Amino acid sequence: MRTHALLDYALAFGFAAFALALLMNLVRLLKGPTTMDRVLAADTMVINVIALIVLLGIRQATKAHFEAALLFAMFGFVATVSFCRFMLRGRLID
Amino acid sequence: MNVFAEIVVAIFIVVGASFGLVGSWGLLRLPHLMARLHAPTKATTLGVGSVLLASTVFFLATGGGFSVHEVLIVLFLFLTAPVSASFVARAYLRAHGDPAELPRAGEQGWASFAPRAGDVGDYMAASTSRDVRED
Repeated sequence: MRTHALLDYALAFGFAAFALALLMNLVRLLKGPTTMDRVLAADTMVINVIALIVLLGIRQATKAHFEAALLFAMFGFVATVSFCRFMLRGRLID
Repeated sequence: MNVFAEIVVAIFIVVGASFGLVGSWGLLRLPHLMARLHAPTKATTLGVGSVLLASTVFFLATGGGFSVHEVLIVLFLFLTAPVSASFVARAYLRAHGDPAELPRAGEQGWASFAPRAGDVGDYMAASTSRDVRED
């Protein structure tokens, strides 16, 4: 058990802030007038989820979550670029 | 973990969370996509970088040693954020932009509006011309 009060408060603020940020992204994802708004919202959600995973790693004092964060970063980038390329060209692989 | 390291980690977490919140608030608040693009690709990326820096300091201070994972994630995010922002802007301009309203871009014009083989609009024409070219 850790007894770091200051770190616990900071972690609570971080979790709350990124959860609120994810909710805002969800609103934009549902509302977004154009398709690219939704793509941008999904990309931002991926980045916020990476931050949440890292905060969870600090809270549990384990390094086991970094592979998950790295995978999220890679697949988020690939997904965004694929979406944009599909919107640009109409297909992904020619 | 001593008190000084704890204060540093807490400051990095709070700063990063604030930046992430501001970035998502900007994504929700700003008027149109070309303005909205700035908030998540800059502020949120900086916020995640700060949180990862906090993680580095935390594991250094608790005796976990220095790990390259955080550095790898920060490097990857900072390299890919401009690329994905550029892709989103190009796809948006291609679909919704008006070339007459944009500033002039030299003799070649805007690359996003240049007609190319394989575009969405004339799929059939592009595919037939490609067949001819491959013969």
